[in-house]
Amino acid sequence: MTQKILLSRMEAHPSDSQTLARYVDTGGYATLRKALKSMTPEEVTAEVKASNIRGRGGASFPTGVKWGFLPPDIRPRYLVVNGDESEPGTFKDRMLLERDPHQLLEGIILSAYALDVHESFVYIRGEYPKPARRLQRAIDEAYEAGYLGGNILGSGFDLDVVVHLGAGAYICGEETALLSSLEGRRGEPRLKPPFPAVEGLYSKPTIVNNVETISNVPWIVENGGAKYAAIGPETSSGTRVMSLSGHLKKPGDYEVVAGITWRELIYEVGGGILDDRELKAWVPGGASAPWFVPAEHLDTPVTIDDIAKQGSMIGSGAVIVMDDSTNVVGAAHRLVRFFSHESCGQCTPCREGTTWLERILLRILDGYGRPEDIGLLLDVSDNISPGLTWPPAMTTICPLGPSSTAPVVSMMKYFRDEVEAMISGAPISIGGVSRG
Amino acid sequence: MINHWSSENQERAKELLEQYPEKRSAVMPLLYVAALEHGYVSEDAMREVAGLTGLTSAQVQSVASFYTMYKREPVGKYLVSVCTSISCYLRGADAVLEAIEDETGILDGETTPDGKISVEHVECSGACGGAPAVSVNWELVEGLAPDKARDLIKWLRDAEPSVIFGDEMQMLFGGQQSFDWGPKEIEGAIAALPAFDPYGTAGGEK
Repeated sequence: MTQKILLSRMEAHPSDSQTLARYVDTGGYATLRKALKSMTPEEVTAEVKASNIRGRGGASFPTGVKWGFLPPDIRPRYLVVNGDESEPGTFKDRMLLERDPHQLLEGIILSAYALDVHESFVYIRGEYPKPARRLQRAIDEAYEAGYLGGNILGSGFDLDVVVHLGAGAYICGEETALLSSLEGRRGEPRLKPPFPAVEGLYSKPTIVNNVETISNVPWIVENGGAKYAAIGPETSSGTRVMSLSGHLKKPGDYEVVAGITWRELIYEVGGGILDDRELKAWVPGGASAPWFVPAEHLDTPVTIDDIAKQGSMIGSGAVIVMDDSTNVVGAAHRLVRFFSHESCGQCTPCREGTTWLERILLRILDGYGRPEDIGLLLDVSDNISPGLTWPPAMTTICPLGPSSTAPVVSMMKYFRDEVEAMISGAPISIGGVSRG
Repeated sequence: MINHWSSENQERAKELLEQYPEKRSAVMPLLYVAALEHGYVSEDAMREVAGLTGLTSAQVQSVASFYTMYKREPVGKYLVSVCTSISCYLRGADAVLEAIEDETGILDGETTPDGKISVEHVECSGACGGAPAVSVNWELVEGLAPDKARDLIKWLRDAEPSVIFGDEMQMLFGGQQSFDWGPKEIEGAIAALPAFDPYGTAGGEK
């Protein structure tokens, strides 16, 4: 299936898809006009629920269910859009913000109308000034044209939208950390419950949704939730923008319908492995996801549930492909170094554990590995996430620490012989290249 | 208000403070404005932001020290950030960082003695499809080969652009992109801070 929802405008009109003129010219804001005139907030919410859309930020939580957690009688409520995209391998929200900001904005206005929200914040990572500028210009245009501000299109509905830039902290993509950050604090996650829907920004009920999730809302309201739900498998409805990177001929953002196989995604959509090398492994859903390998997973379907059943996750939809020349210890080290750097430091297992994992991996990489390092890596991992199961057991406030064990456990599960050879100092060949 | 700030930045600070239901939320954007005034997030900058938001200096410092983009030491006119996370690593980012260190004569985390260029490695820049990626004052160049990275450094040193435009760097030095960037962007960075107009850190023809 080649259904396009999110990328059709930018692909058809590459020179001006970000402008209000082009957005309106291609049918934009017609849904908002219709909804404000002839739909109740409950009817808009019902369409989002019926769509079965699951969050595109990483956790795949059903959006309609999340919306349903709002306590009915507390105001104000806030809608916070998560554009802190920082999961290694992920670059889809960057494109959606730069190339079609009005699509997101119409989604925000429709969602705010549905949720009785009058103030919305879009939190964009600090390293994304260009996406933030593009969105800010769209917001300025929308105020000018009466799609934002007071009494939107004569409906009596008011909404203000503010863009807030982060300043370099992956953890702020975790929704409670994001709210701490937006309140002007250190970006430290909070214990849940209370969930943000009950007690979020300024302790008020708050819905936090990903940029891509909200960008789907105009299509869902326009075409009906049932039609969206009918695209793809029942529990992976709609399309998804997947970010393909690593050793591929055609890396990039691709809008796909769930249910294609990994073979199709990697070899057809992604153009196959760079220089026609062999595929060694891939990360199916961002740095936090356990790895997949060709012998076991290449012909399995790309759906939220199929990936989960096989012990990993679709996460943010980021696929990182490694060819047969990849040094797995090097790759695992680079992934673990990320988590170590981004640990907020609140919880001991994460703060200390990620630091030690990074050091031990670096020691092996530098040729000073010890035979006991294999057991030590697994032991430290087990202390961060007891049992080394999937989904990972938690010892910490948020999943960052437990996620850091995924690359280590994956490396040991599939490539233990390579790690052992590296430690023993015996000459080994990785993808035809001699090492050691 | 902070009387020695430029009138534009005083105006910005006022707007930022009014933009949120609670003043404290303005801490992060105000730190960017203060960094523009001082060249970096100095002790004075943090004290001023504390004054504006009704917090203590210690509270503001606790925020500033949490985020990597608030530089609490002076940085060069051009902050060159090399992404070395997994996708860029797989596509040769370490060689790009080495080439940049060699060309500038400084190491990761240092600033050239003339104060022009700072070099750092950063975690994922969100440019994985255009790996390896580098940003200058947070404007991206994608698909940057090591020899082109050297050219980029020479260009910064010799041409000394007053506004950093991503499209210009991409055209001169870039390669494979994460996606079609579409039309040329009209704004760029005027300091080692994210170029976002409400913070006064963007330049160009807006």
